[in-house]
Amino acid sequence: MADQSEWLVEMRGIHMEGRSDETWTPIIKGVDLTLKRGEVLGLIGESGAGKSTLGLAAMGFTRDGVRISQGSVTFDGIDLISASAETKRQLLGKRIAYVAQSAAASFNPAHRLIDQHAEAPVQHGVKRRSEAEADAVDLYRKLRLPNPDEIGFRYPHQVSGGQLQRAMTAMAMACRPDLIIFDEPTTALDVTTQIEVLAAIREIVAEFDTAAIYITHDLAVVAQMADRIKVLLKGDEVEEAETRQMLSNPQQDYTKSLWAVREFQRPQKPAPAVDATPVVSVQGVTAAYGKIDVLHDVSFDIHQGRTVAVVGESGSGKSTTARCITGLLPPRKGQIELDGAALPLDYRNRSKEQLRQVQMIYQMADTALNPRQTIGEIIGRPVEFYMGLRGGARRKRVEDLLEQIELPASQYIDRLPSELSGGQKQRIGIARALAAEPKFIICDEVTSALDQLVAEGILRLLARLQDELKLSYMFITHDLATVKSIADEVVVMKDGVVVELGPKTEMFTPPHHAYTDLLLSSVPDMDPDWLTRLLAERGIENIGDAAVGKMH
Amino acid sequence: MTKAASGPILAAAIALLVALDRLLGMPVLAPLYALLQTVMAPVDWIATALGTATEGLGGWRWLLWIALLVGVGFGFRRLGQIVTSNRPFFRDMTAGVAVGYVLAAAAILWVLLNYSRAFSSHGGMPDTYFFFRLVLHGLVAAFVAATLFKLLGSWVGTAGSRKLFRQMPGTAAFGILIILCYAVAAIFAGLIAPHGQAAIFPKANIIPLVPEAMGGSPDFPLGTDQIGRDILSRLIYGAQNTVGIAFVTTMLAFALGVTGGFLAATLRGWVDQALSRLVDVLMAIPALIFSLLLITAASSLFDGSSLTVAMIVIIAVIDSTRVFRLSRAVGMNIVVMDYFEAAKLRGEGMFYLIFREILPNATAPLLAEFGLRFCFVFLTIAALSFLGLGIQPPLADWGTMVKDLGQFVNYAAFLPQYAMLPLLPAGAIALLTVAVNFVVDWMLQRSSGLKE
Repeated sequence: MADQSEWLVEMRGIHMEGRSDETWTPIIKGVDLTLKRGEVLGLIGESGAGKSTLGLAAMGFTRDGVRISQGSVTFDGIDLISASAETKRQLLGKRIAYVAQSAAASFNPAHRLIDQHAEAPVQHGVKRRSEAEADAVDLYRKLRLPNPDEIGFRYPHQVSGGQLQRAMTAMAMACRPDLIIFDEPTTALDVTTQIEVLAAIREIVAEFDTAAIYITHDLAVVAQMADRIKVLLKGDEVEEAETRQMLSNPQQDYTKSLWAVREFQRPQKPAPAVDATPVVSVQGVTAAYGKIDVLHDVSFDIHQGRTVAVVGESGSGKSTTARCITGLLPPRKGQIELDGAALPLDYRNRSKEQLRQVQMIYQMADTALNPRQTIGEIIGRPVEFYMGLRGGARRKRVEDLLEQIELPASQYIDRLPSELSGGQKQRIGIARALAAEPKFIICDEVTSALDQLVAEGILRLLARLQDELKLSYMFITHDLATVKSIADEVVVMKDGVVVELGPKTEMFTPPHHAYTDLLLSSVPDMDPDWLTRLLAERGIENIGDAAVGKMH
Repeated sequence: MTKAASGPILAAAIALLVALDRLLGMPVLAPLYALLQTVMAPVDWIATALGTATEGLGGWRWLLWIALLVGVGFGFRRLGQIVTSNRPFFRDMTAGVAVGYVLAAAAILWVLLNYSRAFSSHGGMPDTYFFFRLVLHGLVAAFVAATLFKLLGSWVGTAGSRKLFRQMPGTAAFGILIILCYAVAAIFAGLIAPHGQAAIFPKANIIPLVPEAMGGSPDFPLGTDQIGRDILSRLIYGAQNTVGIAFVTTMLAFALGVTGGFLAATLRGWVDQALSRLVDVLMAIPALIFSLLLITAASSLFDGSSLTVAMIVIIAVIDSTRVFRLSRAVGMNIVVMDYFEAAKLRGEGMFYLIFREILPNATAPLLAEFGLRFCFVFLTIAALSFLGLGIQPPLADWGTMVKDLGQFVNYAAFLPQYAMLPLLPAGAIALLTVAVNFVVDWMLQRSSGLKE
């Protein structure tokens, strides 16, 4: 039994409420949270589960329109709820630090990194300016940032996303706090970059014996980082346990369902006939933004009823290839064939029939649906435009489509996109693509903005639709788990070049191309020893961006 | 709940007292004024004493006032902390906020002091506090009207409109009320106005707001101008002429600017270049001088009502440049959205893209701009009329009225009722501008709040 005074952070019976319109609705419904010195607690749950809200409350802070209605928050014996503004000012930034999800959005773009780094220690009177700067360089070196002596003198836009996230961690460390709250620090990063940041965070937290609350929705990540894991669902605690115990033996059904997500896998389809005409054939495409080529001689085929996954880091040319196929970016060289006939390169020169056959589903369902049109209008427009259906016939078709994507038509047809959840919006995006009755659909990172359970539902829906309607998918993603579950063929891209291509089973059995190998090995496993083992195997210099750099 | 209800209760109480006093003839206000004077007497004495005592300091006196203010501010905070035994409100109060409270209290005290003096110093004809009282009564009336209007709105109407009224700030309610009043005046001018706008009566220069014995007339409550036209009627007809023409002009400017801006955003390339450079050229010339120049040129070709039409077109074209820039910028943000790309890839035509995909998503900023643009157009027309180039006599127009009645300002020292005359049309312009801006602010805030 832990002694009471042993807790660094102690939150008891926390109830929090958020204001919507004129009433207060509960967000957190009675959660306890305790943290010892030097301990890392993982907070996981879907979006809207209250992870960030609870994490911020551990600092005694609430966002606008949110309040702590009941419960106590104690930090090292100080009651944070009734503490004066002055007391909190002394704690925040000095003894409690916060690392936000998007470092790019959290740094002030008008100041150099080191100026922002030195601000907290100087303001709190911990160090003098020169000491703080020397310490910053030291921390940058510890976090293995390239050019630690100079990188601090750059502006945020001159530094890559993974490096910014590490610089932010260094900044949080500036006053050697007792507690750091990490709010999804690697969610926006590529797998190869994420692994570097994870290794760096883990090392420095251990070195300074800092306690941390690590908020994420990625189970495999939290397995590497946390000593204990707490699972939240809609403001309630589901369960809490030591990491190993939680992974090997989850008690609650909800936790088990989270664990099971990664097991969805489609059987490998038989290879297409050798003489079959591919639905879409990309042939020697070279494309440029302005004068700089970003795609170099890209070729691959997509056959009927099959899924081709295109994988690679951000900037590898996945989405640019999609833009070439849709005709938004006419390639400089090469051509796109649909059913064996060459398509006009520019979408403006394509016929209505050709446009109909190639549809697209977007990553961000928020921006993909017109916020001022109802669901009925969004789906009904392609029905009317391509099929010429009007009035009752159009409505009937829209209802059928909604049925197909497993949303009850009567309930959703008159709603606006803002009245739907993320997963439902993505389903509407699918329905809009289906409304055109196409042969081929481009899915551009359709699940990467969604929670795992929801993403799983979307993947199953897409798989079912493919079987029913004989659709062909081009599936753009950076998540290899998704590739494993849905793809038939895989195309690996790097710097605008196809590095490797072939059936899925071949891709996931060695030997690989070195880059494919790096991508595969960077995907975290649910095993808590995975990161330790990987680091022992390959050494810190051979993971992440450092390894990518060595490949040239 | 008590905090939310205090405004309406205060407003209702003031409305009730004034109604009892003025409409039913029950003397309820006089004792209140007497009470105010008794309460303010010591303040008056201290203020006068302080004034005389520090006279020797001359201009340095202000430093003393500021030091006093800061001192009292700190004292106020300390006292609050002691009295409430360190409640978070006083404990976390910054020095600036504390001084702010004291400053506000001092300002209210100053207003009350002058208001009490306004009733003790009457008797002689030159009324020093005439305009002070006018402004204060006006502000109180605005507060009462807006609060009661908001209260009415949150009781009457559909669930949606009731919620809208409950959530809107008082300023927005005031703005809507004023705009409604102007709209009614403009539309029903012929029914409301007691006389015709061009009718000339034999008695010129009737003094407004005074009994007949002192040169007023019950037929002409706001008096008559130099050639004997009823000022009240002309003010009401002015709403019709000035506001109506400004509205038509703004609509035209928006039709031109929005179409051009969205076309430029959608098509890009040379269409964007051509339209944008044309707009640059038009914007490079100062707007008022440019429109003066063009209207002068037009006046040699047209006269009468066709000159007014020419003026509408000229001002609309010049103002559409600003609308063009805004709608192009807003459109640019929308054409990069995925839903717009989806519509483009579907093969939709230009008309659908502009009016079904862009326009519905641009209404919030465009509506806000419409409000501001309307004010500017309206002020431009008033300015042109003041210069004699806008709306032509005998049509009543506020700009022309300011010009015609301007000389009465000289009477301010001994006959403030007279001096008020040019301020009436000027005030009508200012009031509408303020009201429209209040409503626009509110709409901007709502539309930006929705984006969060």
